[in-house]
Amino acid sequence: MSTGLLTVSPSPHIHSELTVPQIMRGVIIAMVPALAFSIYNFGLGALYVTGLAVIFCVGIEYAIVKYLLKKPASIHDGSAIITGLLLAFNVPSNLPWYIILIGSAVAIGIGKMSFGGLGNNPFNPALVGRVFLLLSFPVPMTHWPQAGSWSLDAVTGATPLGILKDGMRAGESMDSLLNQMPSYVDIFFGFQGGSLGEMSAFALLLGLIYMLYRKIITWHIPVSMLLTVVIMTGIFWLIDPAKFANPLFHVLTGGVMLGAVFMATDYVTSPFTHRGMLIFGVGIGVLTVLIRLFGNYPEGVSFAILIMNAFVPMINRYAKEPRYGEVKQKR
Amino acid sequence: MALHHKLKTFRLGGVHPDDQKLSAQAPITPLPLPKTVTIPITQHIGAPAKIVVQRGDSVKVGQVIAVHEGFVSSNIHASVSGRIGVIEETMDSSGFKHMAVNIRVKGDDWMETVDRSDTLIEEIKLDSKEIVACIMEAGVVGMGGAAFPAHVKLSVPEGKHVDYLIINGVECEPYLTADHRIMLEKSREILVGIKILMTALGVKQAIIGIEDNKHDAVELFEKLLQHEQGIAVAALEVHYPQGGEKQLIQALLNREVPSGGLPSDVGVIVHNVGTTYAIYEAVQKNKPLIERVVTVTGKSVKQPSNFLVRIGTPVIDLLIAAGGVPEDTGKIVSGGPMMGKAIADLDVPIAKGTSGILLIPKEESTRAEVYNCLHCGKCIEACPMGLEPYRLLILSKKGNHSRAKEEHILDCIECGSCSFVCPSNRPILDYIRLGKTQLRKPKKA
Repeated sequence: MSTGLLTVSPSPHIHSELTVPQIMRGVIIAMVPALAFSIYNFGLGALYVTGLAVIFCVGIEYAIVKYLLKKPASIHDGSAIITGLLLAFNVPSNLPWYIILIGSAVAIGIGKMSFGGLGNNPFNPALVGRVFLLLSFPVPMTHWPQAGSWSLDAVTGATPLGILKDGMRAGESMDSLLNQMPSYVDIFFGFQGGSLGEMSAFALLLGLIYMLYRKIITWHIPVSMLLTVVIMTGIFWLIDPAKFANPLFHVLTGGVMLGAVFMATDYVTSPFTHRGMLIFGVGIGVLTVLIRLFGNYPEGVSFAILIMNAFVPMINRYAKEPRYGEVKQKR
Repeated sequence: MALHHKLKTFRLGGVHPDDQKLSAQAPITPLPLPKTVTIPITQHIGAPAKIVVQRGDSVKVGQVIAVHEGFVSSNIHASVSGRIGVIEETMDSSGFKHMAVNIRVKGDDWMETVDRSDTLIEEIKLDSKEIVACIMEAGVVGMGGAAFPAHVKLSVPEGKHVDYLIINGVECEPYLTADHRIMLEKSREILVGIKILMTALGVKQAIIGIEDNKHDAVELFEKLLQHEQGIAVAALEVHYPQGGEKQLIQALLNREVPSGGLPSDVGVIVHNVGTTYAIYEAVQKNKPLIERVVTVTGKSVKQPSNFLVRIGTPVIDLLIAAGGVPEDTGKIVSGGPMMGKAIADLDVPIAKGTSGILLIPKEESTRAEVYNCLHCGKCIEACPMGLEPYRLLILSKKGNHSRAKEEHILDCIECGSCSFVCPSNRPILDYIRLGKTQLRKPKKA
């Protein structure tokens, strides 16, 4: 009988199955459909960029923790892998290796580790890296290989959103511009130009369903963000369909789906409560549409999420869930 | 009257741990008499009882050995017959040392006043005041775990009107089955106990709340209650902490106890089924609370069991009767896995509030690696009181107790749901307990 050495600790004495490494593994699994589609669409370029981004992110985090902070290694939690994947998802699949390295260094070094590592960063690290690259290397960051082109130096072209923005500026009509685009079915499944992981709404939705099923995330952020984009672009489209594209186009193109499923739902940089998540999702939706319709950039999801990240502490302070006994007391 | 068609549950939070009711099919069996018992005089919330026996005295089963001091206190009776041994400080399941009376067992000689027959006595002869006095005399305390003296709950303060009695048969803690077995085997006695409580409180309505993983008990009471007026049974969703007093009241009656208040503030009194059975025995059989049903369970336990145990029996006696202590035992918990207390010593005595002894294998007995807070919000989703556990942890850790109080830290019922779900294994409840303790400390002048 083992009587001598019993563990004595406070309750609870059991724990749920879902722990940090399992959540991270779940998120990675949820990203597989989008990645697989990207490889199908862009070939080895997608795999090359993704692989490099993951290796750089993990390597940089390992180096910072070991040599700069001199703390026990933290990479086994899997979060650096996700940052690498998400960074890759947000860049073109023909990006040169040194730009990926710079992006990874900014994402992990400045975006995450400078704040104290996992859980302490106010801004989504992958988006910090992505926006840094967009501002520093505007040309390579906005020339996407065409879908279906398998070689590394493939023909590049603009995204549907880019075509729309430039075309409208050049004075072309909305109808003729929309006619240049792939069909909605093609856009939904992802046969369009764009960053590595953002093209296929279908693949991203598969990931979303998996994460909802595993209870890794709740519906609040994706649904509120997507609905806001639909409603807002819908209002503008109804006002003037010659000037504004329809809501379906806006939801299926660019980074809206990727943002709603993987970027905005990042635990660390989104609010704690369901109420807060709804405010956060609506805010991202509104800002995205404003930037798309009236801003200089064709796409605004990254900026919208980063701006809303900055509001998260405030949202956490005020968006509280109802308490037990609270309603009755007020009466 | 059947209410179980749509399962009721509480409004906020909660978790779904695996229910692991391994001993659900094991009938209640009396444990052989121990050689000695150690009966602590602090087995209840309130003032310790005052010892009225001396070393060397002979006592009979049911004889008072310590009397209550004041109203919020409880009588303690000899649970065995024999000779009083040492009276000294002994460690109980809380880990603290308290005065306890040791009795060396000799025979099984009961007080003549106790009716030991199995005959069901349905007629209630006493009035409200006599019932309360009888329960107080018998030393009945809440047997669900908190061990609050039962007679105090029955003395509703002036100005409060109670219209509902709730009988808590939820047993939402995983593993535990003591209440389940009592409901199956003593349903008629419990029904009389409910009527006694209704008489004492002067209420016309009572509901028995039972989690639906004990559907046999729900059906049994439905059959039993067919011709009863004012007493209903309700099946509840399997959802922890369904048996929390505040959660149960909300689930059954949609009333919420105000912050810092008591169930009687919303017209409700809640008693556990085990307590109700003890009240039946006290009032109808004149039998003080000297024994209780204890579940002995765990994944590696040879024979998960439900024993009828004399108060003061050492834990080791129960473990031997359940097939011995498994090799892989890493932790022994008095109570359930969510709220029970880990014990360090197998000589700890069974008290009036001990509902179970749970043996946890080594690999599940230590906590896993702690990560930084991910801000996932799962603790908020899980909190049945609607609090923000992550914030309470931070505030308590920083020593900012006044802010923690503003964030309603004192509303915490310590159910453990937040620590249970935290994917980063953060010791949330540990820090909340610390914060609550700091706030309850008397302020230095």
